[in-house]
Amino acid sequence: MNNEQLHIDTAATEQKIWSILSTVVDPEVPVLTVIDLGIVRDVKIHDDHLEVIITPTYTGCPAMDMIAMNIKLALAEQGYKQVKVVSVLSPAWTTDWMTETGKEKLKQYGIAPPNPKQQVCSDQLFASNEAVQCPHCNSYHTHRISEFGSTACKALYQCDDCKEPFDYFKCH
Amino acid sequence: MDNSLIDYTLHLADTTLILSQRNSEWCGHGPILEQDIAITNISLDLLGQSRNFYQYAALLLNDGSTEDSLAYLRTEREFKNLLLAEQQNGDWGQTILRQYFFSQFQLLLFQQLQQSSDEQLAAIATKASKETTYHVRWSSEWVIRLGDGTNESQQRMLHAIDELWRYTGELFEAAEYETAMGIDLAAIKQTWTEKVTAVFDEAKLPVPQNVFMQTGGKQGVHTEQLGYILTELQYLQRTYPGAKW
Repeated sequence: MNNEQLHIDTAATEQKIWSILSTVVDPEVPVLTVIDLGIVRDVKIHDDHLEVIITPTYTGCPAMDMIAMNIKLALAEQGYKQVKVVSVLSPAWTTDWMTETGKEKLKQYGIAPPNPKQQVCSDQLFASNEAVQCPHCNSYHTHRISEFGSTACKALYQCDDCKEPFDYFKCH
Repeated sequence: MDNSLIDYTLHLADTTLILSQRNSEWCGHGPILEQDIAITNISLDLLGQSRNFYQYAALLLNDGSTEDSLAYLRTEREFKNLLLAEQQNGDWGQTILRQYFFSQFQLLLFQQLQQSSDEQLAAIATKASKETTYHVRWSSEWVIRLGDGTNESQQRMLHAIDELWRYTGELFEAAEYETAMGIDLAAIKQTWTEKVTAVFDEAKLPVPQNVFMQTGGKQGVHTEQLGYILTELQYLQRTYPGAKW
């Protein structure tokens, strides 16, 4: 095989890997794929194995081990048996990396998508008057029930108009 | 091998592990469901930080240690955690105040560590300071809510200050490995004191003056509390060595 051929094959393999990865979902928020979340940073193709580089969302997120395992399983099903999933911390993941498709899917699922980071990530006291839109009725008349929700990445809100409580994927 | 870096990383790992373990005791016992979830979320964040530090320490040690062996098989005198982290939960006010003192300190420390010449510590600090920001916000709001709340809640906060203030001096008393790592605790102390004073003012709580400070945790000399925590934390691996699931 000449070099050009090898290059084309590598590019094709890489594209295939990314498309397989786009079927792997977050176990906690199953409408989001690892691509939507923006946690796959790179794919490297070596002679005898693949390397998938991911970055954790939250430091203590217990879903990360499962996500790494699901990536291996999905690739194994398509014949890629030798896979190494490497976790890197830098640069640190931010909700700004979530794709627009991902944000739209979250909203459809009933979880308010994260606001852009610069708006609210501060340690200011009672800095809670962040306008979070209700994913059900689109009202901005909402209030925070709790800074911490059912998973590390979410806060709990309630809509003052339709009265529905909802999760907010908080900015990070 | 640079022992200061290993010792410092273990100090960070131990402190976050022990405080995580303490906070996790609230699981299922919080005053209301949302706050039970909040304190256990914080516990989980701290455990995640702790794992990162232990994994890094194991890598540096390169002697077969793992994150698990470092957490489960070291003795009390080997733990370098802050005394503040191991103190009992007490009532909700005491837990809140311990968290606030610590998170306010940790945020300032992590902001400084982000500039560290050690890339891995800088990466962990950058990542974790995002979560710590939420911890500071949540715990300081609670300090104000309780301090400036009812007579009962204020009394309990005053009691919590009595119990915990004496462990805050240690935060800023540099161990040799911290000095070697170039951590500027004096700068952190100044900002921490300003921030705490502002929150206490708003909470109508007095900032104690001239209190005798209990220290020793950074060198492995602990209060009686740590032994009890390790007994529970390490029970499984001590009783069934190497158990896996």
